[in-house]
This record gives sequence, C-alpha cells and structure tokens, in this order.
Amino acid sequence: MRELWNVSSSPHVRAWDGTRNLMLDVALALMPAAAFGVYRFGLYALCILVTAVGFALLTEYTYEACVGKESTLWDGSALVTGLLLGMNLPPKTPLWIPMLGSIFAILIVKQLFGGIGQNVVNPAMAARCFLLISFAEQMNAYSEMDGISGATPLEMLKNGGAVDLPAMFTGFTTGSIGEISALALLAGGIYLLIKRVIDWVIPVVYLGSFSLFMLLFGGRGADLTYLAAQLCGGGLMIGAWFMATDYATSPVTEKGRFLYAVFLGMLTGIFRLWGASAGGVSYALVTANLLVPLIEKITIPKAFGWEGQKDG
Amino acid sequence: MGYGSFRGGVHPFRGKDITKEKAISEYLPQGDLVYPLSQHIGAPARAVVAAGDEVLAGQIIGEADGLVSANVISSVSGRVRTIERRMLATGVISDSVIVENDREYRPAPGIGKSRDPEGLTKEEIRTAVKNAGIVGLGGAGFPTHVKLAPGDDGAIDYVIVNAAECEPYLTGDYRLMLEEPEEILAGLQVLLRLFEKAKGVIAIEADKPEAIKKIKAVIEEKSLSQSAEVCTLKTKYPQGAERNLIFTITGRRLNSQKLPKDAGCIVCNTATVHGVGQAVLKGLPLMNRIITVTGDGIANPGNFRVKVGTNYGELIEAAGGFTAQPEKVIAGGPMMGMALTVPDVPVTKTSSALLVFRKDPVAHVKPGSCIRCGRCVKACPCRLLPLKMWQACKHYNLDLFQRLYGMECYECGSCTFVCPARLSLTQSFKQARMMVSDQRKRAKTTVSDRKKQQSSRQRQKDSQAHTAVTGIFSGCGGAGRDMAESE
Repeated sequence: MRELWNVSSSPHVRAWDGTRNLMLDVALALMPAAAFGVYRFGLYALCILVTAVGFALLTEYTYEACVGKESTLWDGSALVTGLLLGMNLPPKTPLWIPMLGSIFAILIVKQLFGGIGQNVVNPAMAARCFLLISFAEQMNAYSEMDGISGATPLEMLKNGGAVDLPAMFTGFTTGSIGEISALALLAGGIYLLIKRVIDWVIPVVYLGSFSLFMLLFGGRGADLTYLAAQLCGGGLMIGAWFMATDYATSPVTEKGRFLYAVFLGMLTGIFRLWGASAGGVSYALVTANLLVPLIEKITIPKAFGWEGQKDG
Repeated sequence: MGYGSFRGGVHPFRGKDITKEKAISEYLPQGDLVYPLSQHIGAPARAVVAAGDEVLAGQIIGEADGLVSANVISSVSGRVRTIERRMLATGVISDSVIVENDREYRPAPGIGKSRDPEGLTKEEIRTAVKNAGIVGLGGAGFPTHVKLAPGDDGAIDYVIVNAAECEPYLTGDYRLMLEEPEEILAGLQVLLRLFEKAKGVIAIEADKPEAIKKIKAVIEEKSLSQSAEVCTLKTKYPQGAERNLIFTITGRRLNSQKLPKDAGCIVCNTATVHGVGQAVLKGLPLMNRIITVTGDGIANPGNFRVKVGTNYGELIEAAGGFTAQPEKVIAGGPMMGMALTVPDVPVTKTSSALLVFRKDPVAHVKPGSCIRCGRCVKACPCRLLPLKMWQACKHYNLDLFQRLYGMECYECGSCTFVCPARLSLTQSFKQARMMVSDQRKRAKTTVSDRKKQQSSRQRQKDSQAHTAVTGIFSGCGGAGRDMAESE
C-alpha cells in the first residue's frame, strides 16, 4: 500500500535563510563594536552587555510562558534587542539599569504590542530613551580615561571644544559601550550589506541627509572636520547601520525608506543642534519610528504596468 | 537590444543539471488515454465522438466550442471507451474522452501532409493552427489561434518566442532548442508571415549558453538574421512571465488588464512555436508534449516525448520508478506546479514536468510572524507589497487587497520563496484572488440581469420568465466569505 503524498500550495521550495539567520547575522555584525567596547572599558562593560542580553531573553521567555504564547526565544530577536540596548549604555552604569531597560524593552515595547514585527518603536531605543529621561545621572556615567574628562566628544563639540578625530573614528574615546568605534560599526554595517540583511538606502540616506543638514545649519559652514566628528560621534553610526534599519520599525516601501531616512537625518540634526543633550539619535529614531505607518500609507507603489495610470 | 531586466525576482536552486543532458526520448503509452475537454483557457470543447466510435491519430475528438476554445485531438488510434468526468493534475474535474489505444497509431486522413509556407494565406495559417488544437504550452493554455488574431496585424512589431524556461528543474524547452532548432525557427517564420511588420525575438536565459549558440547558428545558417534574433535574458525567476518578458525585451509595461498585443507583442512559448510550425508546415496537430520527469525520487530522470492523454503513472514507470517512497510529487515545476495526490491523472497539452521529491522541502517549515523585513517587496516582479496584501487577506479585507493591487499578482511564488518567517503568502493570495474574481463575476451577472429586467419591463413580455430569472440570481448574494484561514 502506497503511503500518502504530501499536498501543499505552491511554491514547493523555500529559500534557506529564516528569521533566526537574519537576527544572528545582525548579532554577529554587532560583535566587532561590542568587543571593542569591552576591550576599551574592561570586564565591567561585558557584565553590562551580558546582563542586558540575559534579561531580554528572560523577559521574552517569562512573558510568553505566562500568556501561553509559543516561545520565540530562539528566533534571536530578543538577543539583538538586549545586545543593542547594552551597547547603548554608558560603561559605568549600575547593573540594574540594563536589567530595567531590557525588561522595559521586551515587555512594554515589544511583547505588549504583539511581539516580533508588531512593535511600533525600536525596543532598544525606546528603552534607552526611557532610561535617559528617568535616570539621567546613571545614564551619564561615562568613564574618565587616558586623562580625558568624562565628557563625550559630542559634548565637547557642542561646547565648542576640539576633538581628536582619528581617535573618534577608531574608538579610543569615551561614550556608550558599543557606539565609540565608528570603524567597528562600519565593518558590521558592511557585513550586513554584503549578506543582504539590510539594503543601503536607509543608512546612506540617513548619514547623507544628516551631513547636509549639519552643513546648512551647523553654523560651521563647510568645516569637514566638524562634520566628520559629528558623523563619528555619539550614537549616529550604530543608529544608522543597526537601529534605523530595524525591520519592524522602518518602512517596507522603497520611497518610504528614503523618506524615513531623510526624516531621521533632519531630526537627528535638530536634536543635536538645538536639543538639551549632545546626542539626538535615540530621540530621532523613536520619533521617526512613530511616523512609519503614515509614511508607508502615502508611499504604496503603483504596481508593475500601472505606473502613471489611474488605478484599475 | 535589452533594457536590462525587470525589478524583483528570486534565484531558487535551478535543478536543471539532472536532466539537461538527457536527450528527448519517445514514450508510447500502454494504457488508456484520457483527453479532458477542458485543458485550455476558455469554453470546454464539445465532444464529437461517442463511446464505441473508432478514432484515428490526429482526429478531432472535441471541437472548439465558442470564440475562446480549442480543439481536442486524439493522439492515438483506437476506440472510444467512454466519456466521463476525470480529475486533472490541477485538481479540476473535466469531462474527458477516454480512448482505448490499439497501438497502431493509424493517422487520420490528411495528417502529416506537408505544406509549402509560400503559398499559404494568413487565413489558412490561422485555420491550420486552430484545427491543430494548439494552445499556449507554457502553462497558461490560452488558445493560440485566438492569440494570433489580434485584430490589427500591422500593429504587432515583436513576435517573442518565450524560451526562458525560468521554472527550476524543467529542461523540455531546452532540449527542444538543442535537438530541433530548425523546427522552432520554421514555426517562428510561419508566425512572422502573419505579422509583416514584426521582428522575431527568441528570448533565452543566460544559463543556457548551448541553446543560445545553437539557435544563433541556425539563424546564421539559414540567413534569417533579418527577421529573427536571440535575446539573452538574465537568469532569474520569473523571467519567463509574459508581462515581465515583454518589459525586458521592449521596455513596454503592461498591467494585468492588458494583453501583449496592446504592447505590439505576440508572445508564444518555445513548444507552442514548434507546434505551430509542425501544424502549418507538416500538417501535424498537437499530439505530443515534452515532459521532464525529474527529481531525487526518480530512478532514471529524463525528457520524454509523450502522447497527450498518457497517464502520469506510466511516466513514473518509464523513468524507472521511484528510488524510494517519495514525500511529494509535483505536476510542473517547484515554484508554480501542483502537488499531486495520486499519479492517476492525464498528461494534458499544458503539462511540462513531473517532479518527484524524496523529502518534501516545505513539509516541516513552520510559519512564524512577519518581521517586516521587506524581502517579499523586493522579490515581487509586479512591484506589490505582499506583506500588506497578506494582512488584508488575514482580515478578509478584499477591498484593501484590491487597493494594494492584489489582482495584479500572478502567483509566481517569489514572495513565499524568500519569506524568512515562512508565511504562506502565495496561498492566501490565490484564495483572495479567486474570491475577488468571484465577486466581480457575480457583480457583472447582477448588472446584466438588471438590464434584462428593464428591457423586459419595457417590452412587457413574458413576465413569468422574468421572475424566474431574478429568482435564480437573488440566491447568489452573500456567499463567498468562507475563505479558509491560510496559515
């Protein structure tokens, strides 16, 4: 007796890479910057990263177990959220900060909105904003090293001070654990581009529109050193390559991605120039995230063959 | 030539190496042959034989019934056993003529009589194509004689031979190009006689260099370069999709509501063009199909020239049977083919392959949540937003589905192929599209029905019949919201 054959709707083949591969690729791409942060700030920075990741996973697991949802612990998204949050924390912050941040990111921002793909704003960014507003002191616990004061290069720049550009590019400066080395972040971004996990539009247009904004309104004219310092400083690199490209909170339409990135560049510029703090990437991201549904709504492309025609 | 390629598309595993070196071998059927009267787009053919009748190879057993319909031809000689309903590979159940094969293959009168192309009028060519029962052999099955009568022959400036064969695992068209390039080009010359201003283009994907070389050599040899040329296409799926192909070659864009002729194009599959040549020049109606029997579950994969109507089960035997118990058997390619439940279905005019998988590549795939990665958007050759359409399907929001151009989807499966969350996108689009077509059909009927009502009121005739008509249609409302959840 012949066994039954399987029946399903076409297509009968699938590409091999799934959600988990994509998430693990992002985590892998973050590794150089994370490793550099640990190298620069020491083992305590590693403790912060591990705590952030651990609590992100724990929150994900606990919530899904409590409400009886199928566990998404292994799809890698909580890992990426925890890692991103940890990398955006200052290296001297007390450990309850990453704990609280990860719980907030996963529980409030992600799971309560419906889990993976449903969150309106980037969980790591929203958690960082929440921590920045609530615990300003702990969130400014930057370390004093090599005789440099605790101020980050962006703060110095804002106050009219001079900065060491090569050090900012390579990362021998101060700032959040994962954001200091523009070089390592760039390497990770290029890895994601090559693996086609992200496309170039959002990071390139974001950095481009930000540069243009700073040239026009920065008050320094065509001062390229100032511009380069602004590009390498703060959370811009990690934001442009790893957070602005977050799938759930960036538009899926082609025009929408462009528009979103332009918005991001402008908002970051506004927050950096006229905002209360030196950095502005987190607030810009969260604000732009909220605009995504609207951006998508107005950028639905015409289907092939309908270009320049009325809808049928 | 060449405007680059259309945007979108995917690169599934090609799988063509299994059979691309396997020459086409003739397979003669052992059992009964089944000729469904509905194996083309349009009205089913009308049976012109009855149980017990003697039939000859090449004889018309089903006559085209209506403007868009096609003849059904017996591919063997023998006796009509019965006419009954049979299931096709597509799951459609159609009235079918069952013929008992006497294995003598006696031709019907006039079959195989060569004709000189020079003396033929356009009318004679179209009649010959119609009589031969030729339909689009690429899979759509649109009657070719209808396609070849676009109204204004002078408005056609491209006759495109679609030899892309972008569907993985299929090598039938490829082998045909290697083995019978002269016949394909002869068929193209016949088509070009219909459209004086047109230029012939043979569109082949770049991963078939031997075929490109062969066709080019024959064009050179027969000095046809004035009227025919080869266009090399980028290798990607779905390169052979008609509207995308027209764009790739001519730069002209068509939406689903337009026909190729609106862009000045006639597009025919390789096998169709070959069939036109055979029908017009050699007087041979469409009796054979080249079928690729392939996959890791089949002992001797190969390309077979098979009589239309042959049972698929016989093809499995012809290719040496299964190597092991297969998990999935597909009629057609892996991207758009239909999974079979039983091998007992006939080869039809539009059959192309039988694909046997020992392990079903999608059985253990578990759908997750959409992560909005946008890969489906990039893959879609129609520039649609599959993830948004999918949401619309999930909420049974057919209006939104249509606003998102859902009806432009031709179900190529690219979005589903790339989806990292493993959602059954194409499946839900198929259902939604069917429901929308249904709704539209019903709306049309209601409109024409209302018109009928008005005119009958004006004439004040036969008021009883009028009530009967409205009675029938008033029962049609409301149904159709029972689309099954597709996940």
